[in-house]
Amino acid sequence: MDTLHLLDTFNLLPFAELEVGHHLYWHLGNLKVHGQVFITSWFVIAVLILASLAATRSIQRIPTGMQNLMEYALEFIRDLARTQIGEKEYRAWVPFVGTLLLFIFLSNWSGALIPWRIIKLPEGELAAPTSDINTTVAFALLTSLAYFYAGFKKKGLGYFGNYVQPEPIMLPFKIIEDFTKPLSLSFRLFGNILADELVVAVLVLLVPLFVPLPVMVLGLFTSAIQALIFATLASAYIGEAMEDHGHEGEGHEEHS
Amino acid sequence: MDPIVAAASVLAAALAVGLASIGPGIGQGNAAAQAVEGIARQPEAEGKIRGTLLLSLAFMEALTIYGLVVALVLLFANPFA
Repeated sequence: MDTLHLLDTFNLLPFAELEVGHHLYWHLGNLKVHGQVFITSWFVIAVLILASLAATRSIQRIPTGMQNLMEYALEFIRDLARTQIGEKEYRAWVPFVGTLLLFIFLSNWSGALIPWRIIKLPEGELAAPTSDINTTVAFALLTSLAYFYAGFKKKGLGYFGNYVQPEPIMLPFKIIEDFTKPLSLSFRLFGNILADELVVAVLVLLVPLFVPLPVMVLGLFTSAIQALIFATLASAYIGEAMEDHGHEGEGHEEHS
Repeated sequence: MDPIVAAASVLAAALAVGLASIGPGIGQGNAAAQAVEGIARQPEAEGKIRGTLLLSLAFMEALTIYGLVVALVLLFANPFA
């Protein structure tokens, strides 16, 4: 019983609470939406828009400050898309991949870096938008749509030829793959981010000071890697959908 | 919640994470060993090897995370409660 009382006193500390599965519900018509996800997403969107505005307000030939940072980000995204999608087609997909990468990256880091707990909600708590499964499923389905669109736009109905390449026996696996791709994309991101936040929360519950710091730093690192992986996989799927099987030996060199 | 369901859920959650971490653990060990070998053989390729290693480690990590997701569902959003 004593240990239980100890846990109770920990729960009285303002920053050491574990809340999973409690949400701030907003009612839109017949829909119940998770309000806390919207609030944090809007915050991330606002940060991204402000950063873009600040970077492009007065463009210099020799970039400094914000412009320099955003140009670095753009070059990074362009390289990523080029290695995965290929030299010829990547340009049209830079905005999509870049939006995914920047939004997921900022969401993950906002959950880890910004002390959302200071803001009290009537129910639930503010956290990274990507630690809610709805956000990540939305991203994954968008990626699915994007690669179907890319394939159909490039090859028309010939896209279905992909399903019987290189052997017709692959057909069932290729069809299953279309379902497992969004499933694994969404679960990977959601699980990683939620796991980060839970591990930090549990450690803060046990030892409130200093001890959770290394785990927090590790969380920052894995969050950044997860954003990179999501963008890399999305562009790899898009590149795969547009791959040209007609000319053998041409499509495979762009996979890094 | 029915106490038997609760006990089974807790056990299942522990097993989900524990079993799901075996395979990726072996895989990550193999990958890291090969990467170290590669770096020892070709120290000038260290940067490239490190990048690829981190990316593939994160992929393997994801398998454990699937187990963790199942465990979290069992603990916090149990469909049989």
